[in-house]
Amino acid sequence: MSEPFRTLTSHAVTLMIDNVDTDQIIPSREMKTVSRAGLADGLFAGWRYNAPGTREIETGFILNEPPFNEAKILISGSNFGCGSSREHAVWALAEYGFRAIIAVSFGSIFRANCARNGLLAVALPEDHLEAVATFASGGDNITVDLPDQAVSWGTSQANFQMDAYEKRLLLEGLDPIGLTQSSQSLIDRFIADDRAERPWIYPQTAK
Amino acid sequence: MAETLFDRLWQLHRIADAGDGADLIAIDRVMLHERTGGVALKSLGEAGRSVMDPSRVFAIMDHVVAFTSGRGRNDSRAPGGNVFITETRAMARKTGIHLIDTDDARQGIVHVVAPELGIALPGASVVCPDSHTCSLGALGALAWGIGSSEAEHAMATGTLRTRKPKQMRIVIHGTLSPHVTAKDLALHLIARHGAAGGQGMAIEFAGEAVNALDMEARLTLCNLAVEFAAFTALIAPDKKTFELVSGAPFAPRKRDMTAAMRHWSMLRTDEGAAFDAAIEIDASDVAPMVSWGNSPEDSLPVSGVVPADAKAKALDYMGLAPGDSLIGKPVKGAFIGSCTNGRLSDLRAAAAILQGHSVAPGVRAVCVPGSQAVLAQAEAEGLDAVFKQAGFEWGAPGCAMCFYAGGDTFPPGTRVISSTNRNFEGRQGPGVRTHLASPATVAASAIVGRIADVRTFEPVLEGV
Repeated sequence: MSEPFRTLTSHAVTLMIDNVDTDQIIPSREMKTVSRAGLADGLFAGWRYNAPGTREIETGFILNEPPFNEAKILISGSNFGCGSSREHAVWALAEYGFRAIIAVSFGSIFRANCARNGLLAVALPEDHLEAVATFASGGDNITVDLPDQAVSWGTSQANFQMDAYEKRLLLEGLDPIGLTQSSQSLIDRFIADDRAERPWIYPQTAK
Repeated sequence: MAETLFDRLWQLHRIADAGDGADLIAIDRVMLHERTGGVALKSLGEAGRSVMDPSRVFAIMDHVVAFTSGRGRNDSRAPGGNVFITETRAMARKTGIHLIDTDDARQGIVHVVAPELGIALPGASVVCPDSHTCSLGALGALAWGIGSSEAEHAMATGTLRTRKPKQMRIVIHGTLSPHVTAKDLALHLIARHGAAGGQGMAIEFAGEAVNALDMEARLTLCNLAVEFAAFTALIAPDKKTFELVSGAPFAPRKRDMTAAMRHWSMLRTDEGAAFDAAIEIDASDVAPMVSWGNSPEDSLPVSGVVPADAKAKALDYMGLAPGDSLIGKPVKGAFIGSCTNGRLSDLRAAAAILQGHSVAPGVRAVCVPGSQAVLAQAEAEGLDAVFKQAGFEWGAPGCAMCFYAGGDTFPPGTRVISSTNRNFEGRQGPGVRTHLASPATVAASAIVGRIADVRTFEPVLEGV
């Protein structure tokens, strides 16, 4: 579904705060249509613009400053993407041009949403995260390598853990629904057995 | 081998090994709302896919519906928000899923409505593209919040592919003190262990204090698990749970009830079952809590002071300084409602405080019942009159002022005491300073016009 992810070398924006919630990533007021598209302008709207509803640039906010305005990687603290499940946060990040987020940890719904939209969520321990953030804030490129599960900056490198299924979704740009539908016979068999076991779950069919 | 409740729920729904460390899990119920569910229905249709079993999918209008009494069915509180309502309605009709529309007598916030109607049941797997779906674990359901893409997957296949999360048990010993609620308990937990403390785990709440909670309080406790970064929360179902769901419109029919009860009665953790992590809390240590910053972890006993190491960004946004007392901070806004604290027991608790009092001059106070059923019962008990006489606005069910979506809210800079779940920057409006608290604490603070300790507050007498 999404563009396969292998390696990425880019500037990185650093937002070194914990608990960046999805309301900050995209405020609800910026979700204007029933659509996955058209959300990039709303990304970090509360911090990027100098007043709600405007598009007047807030100078000093790192996303507005070159070379970070071209960054494809974002680095933040712990629990990034906590809060609302709105996948719009991931759609906005991806449409804006981000391909990878590096943080100490992620909100679990946000993280799952990332893998389904070609956005790589990398969790690094705090010491490595601080080192890569310090390096990146100087404006130099860093590299994220998904097959090798490694982040490299300057002469340093750190490996990261990755859920194997989410890795595959990203590497292959897979369509999970198609993948699951190839197991339809297993699902049908489960439901047939379960209907006998728990008829109350199947309101129309448990006659 | 000894199993946890979560192990059992997982195993009951596990269709197959999906490879890559993931399992293919059967999804019994999908719930949608107009804000994130509409886009899932639309995207599913655009991909040429259909809903596998429409009889197990429910669309409920709650997020951006207007909260003014007498609203029209397309009226939204968000500018342009009516398209979310009309498009979701049109797609729900087209796909043949259940539709609980704005003007339906069953309407309300998904997580309030699901237990009322028996959409969520003990032992059922329930997903919704909404983070507070973990609330429904209070019934012993395997319930968790997902994104819109996963909602599409669940609708198209009746399954999700996901890795089994790790598990935590949180045991709460003892008894909660008077005026201390499930909301205070949850904020206490999050303040003590951090907003990331749940580490993506499935959390089972257990212990004497949890057993003693009524079902609505259990829903409140599990609701806030997502603010603790949990995958979901669970409470083993008991007699209170079975009473709640028995007779609900989507609950098992009479002829299935014996089998259902037998099934439900095995939904418990075995003695000696292993958890990956454990936390113990003494209920008597919990005080009425109020948040001060922009994360639920920034919460304190109401008698506390803003910590010396408070983050500058949060202090600046909230207009506070280290050492400031919470008690006595002037509030100009008060809100009671939401999936966290918009149920009948919440309204009763607030009304008990408000009875015979008025909100302080200059305070805008709003109460929005969590569902039409809550509203109807509250009105039958005369609670609406108590709220209105105290000077509260009495709204129409929905998420209302829990989150800002454009439209009506408090002015920038307003300090608001709120029974909701998130005190994020801008959550209730640009510049609005949210303090999370229980409904009783909100009511007491609204009367005083300042953050107040519900145990000891003294109302301001009018005309003095």
